[in-house]
Amino acid sequence: MSGATFRGGVHPYEGKDLSKDLPIKEVMPKGDMVFPMSQHIGAPATPIVAKGDKVLVGQKIGEASGFISANICSSVSGTVKAVEPRMLLNGSTATCVVIDNDGEYKGIEGLGEDRDYTSLSNDEIRDIVKEAGIVGMGGAGFPTNVKLTPKEPDKIDYILVNGAECEPYLTSDYRQMLECPDEIVGGLKVILKLFDKAKGLICIEDNKPDAIAKMEEAVKGEDRIEVKVLKTKYPQGGERTLISAATGRKIYSAKLPADAGCIVDNISTVIAIYRAVCKQTPLITRVMTLTGDAFNTPINVNVRLGCNHADLVEEGDGFKQEPAKIISGGPMMGFAMFDLNVPVTKTSSSILALTKDQVAETEPSPCIRCGRCVSACPGNLVPQKMAQAAMNNNYDEFVKLNGMECYECGSCTFVCPAKRPLTQTFKQARQYVAAQRRKR
Amino acid sequence: MSNLLNISSSPHVRDKSSTKSIMWDVFLALMPATIFGIYNFGYKAAVLIVACIATCVLSEYIWQKAMKQPLTVSDGSAALTGLLLALNLSATFPVWMAIIGSVFAIIIVKQLFGGLGQNFMNPALGARCFLMISFAGKMTSFTYDGITGATPLAIIKNGDKAQGIADILASGDGTTQAATSVLKMFLGTIGGTIGETSVIAILIGAAYLLIRKVITWRIPVCYIGVFSIFVLLFGGRGFDITYLAAELCGGGLMLGAFFMATDYVTSPITPKGQIVFGILLGILTGIFRVFGASAEGVSYAIIICNLLVPLIEKITIPVPFGKEGIKDGK
Repeated sequence: MSGATFRGGVHPYEGKDLSKDLPIKEVMPKGDMVFPMSQHIGAPATPIVAKGDKVLVGQKIGEASGFISANICSSVSGTVKAVEPRMLLNGSTATCVVIDNDGEYKGIEGLGEDRDYTSLSNDEIRDIVKEAGIVGMGGAGFPTNVKLTPKEPDKIDYILVNGAECEPYLTSDYRQMLECPDEIVGGLKVILKLFDKAKGLICIEDNKPDAIAKMEEAVKGEDRIEVKVLKTKYPQGGERTLISAATGRKIYSAKLPADAGCIVDNISTVIAIYRAVCKQTPLITRVMTLTGDAFNTPINVNVRLGCNHADLVEEGDGFKQEPAKIISGGPMMGFAMFDLNVPVTKTSSSILALTKDQVAETEPSPCIRCGRCVSACPGNLVPQKMAQAAMNNNYDEFVKLNGMECYECGSCTFVCPAKRPLTQTFKQARQYVAAQRRKR
Repeated sequence: MSNLLNISSSPHVRDKSSTKSIMWDVFLALMPATIFGIYNFGYKAAVLIVACIATCVLSEYIWQKAMKQPLTVSDGSAALTGLLLALNLSATFPVWMAIIGSVFAIIIVKQLFGGLGQNFMNPALGARCFLMISFAGKMTSFTYDGITGATPLAIIKNGDKAQGIADILASGDGTTQAATSVLKMFLGTIGGTIGETSVIAILIGAAYLLIRKVITWRIPVCYIGVFSIFVLLFGGRGFDITYLAAELCGGGLMLGAFFMATDYVTSPITPKGQIVFGILLGILTGIFRVFGASAEGVSYAIIICNLLVPLIEKITIPVPFGKEGIKDGK
């Protein structure tokens, strides 16, 4: 089964065998729940509860505070213990609503009840998605209702469901495709209702034949939905590479997927849309993969948002060996955690605990100009020259070399035989340039 | 958790290949040519190879010690330079001269410009050209089977244009012993530098590098392709396939195209630049061989093109993904 793909890319060790055959286990939270008001791209939400307030499952506790912002809903019932700054996964602090879980899980009115989406107007659907606090759950956390409200809805002709899951180790999307294909199709149908002319493509890499078979079965009889098989290669699941592989269209940094007539949503996000619209359940849970060679038993879990990462480690029966590095997300673009006592958010896709840190084990050496970074770059850039410019603080040259087109996928750093920190340099340079542009 | 966790920016995984593994891959790929060279030219070739490698490694070691730099001789790049230089020398070349050449390659061409990755010219070729200028006689004296004679390329160059190539080669340079054929040139049982004579041995190594993806097809294919067109057009022998075969198999073209022109540090990093680089090499080598005074031209072509690399790169920066056909910025 060979599928569509893109130029460049890399083939890191997949590591998915650790957890791919393990069914998703429902995990109930322990202790206090912490809900950061900033779990998405854009303005943080404003807390709308105060200390002492009683809250129910599904109740809105944070209100979106701008056009690009998202609501936060409680995943438990209980009493608000505090509204205070707490540390997040990336080490920054943000206002969090802390809830003392009463363990009763009393829901708001109508929670979990069926609703017929065909009887809703398009605006009502968008509103439900907004109220439910749904954001892109692949990692970026872009508010989904904004994505579903493009300037020219008539021009959207593809809805791409991103089931590539090209990051090594992660298996949560894969498990969801196997275990709840109907919810994925259901969510996609809801989106398709918003865009009459669009066709739905469920995009899956060819290293997941079971998921492809399962989804093909599920879309039988749906004339507007197809399964699109893609070649297994990192970063196949990147927005630009996915659109290009699935539709042949190309966008660059200044363009949105909508400019290419596409809307891209991750598997988890589509399921969240289905649950919000058809089951009246806002975004309060997510599936995570607890994996890596440091775990005793890797596992896929469905957790309530706001629970503590440290508590989840027990679900994998703890660590068999002290991990050298713990990553939230995949090893290519994920975030290295320095403390597990942080809450699970909408974009927490995994706990990846590794006994070896390949980064610490290798020492950067001089660039030998082998050009592997150039061949690996899916953006068709020249990382070697960009890094030189960035390290010399020559930001004009960095921009001239199209440095701002980089989306930090990490492929260049992965292949570099001299183990040079290319992506890291670009992150810093891009931030600097972006900040300078904002100043102007 | 008692120990602190490692923190770093993504990505958190690295590919297995390293500078060292690449260098040793190239080293391995040169083994067929090296072994054939020793078989072809005897123990003198082996002595020269060992002397060059040892001197290069030692020069780098001493330099880095003296300059208090981190020692990097184990990455294999100095050893590779030594091997390449030796393969570019005649087996009868005096060892002490080869040692001077090795020191020049490492200290002058490589370290003075900043060491690994910074040299603007291929160290082995730089040293070869230095030796060529300094000791022209010894550098161009080639002995095969105990008899000193002209290389096939020189024989062809001085041959009568009206005469067929096979005949010219068969009649040799007049000393009768130098008689040869295109087949012998392909196999390598001719006079020349240690590593350049056997095309088949070089191609085996080149195939290994291509399969291992150490090098790409761009530079060698463009180089050899353009050179072929050039000699067919301007060689003065019309569309003579035997002549083309002799030009391709003779001299340092194959060794240069697959092992010297593809040197990472001194070739363009951009895919289009590599094509431009290959084309330029083909044209320059053609000019040197057809119109030049010497029958050879590969080394000079490569070091001249090495100097053009920054320019070539500047004009061949690829168009970013999605911006094809879009004018600047918008």
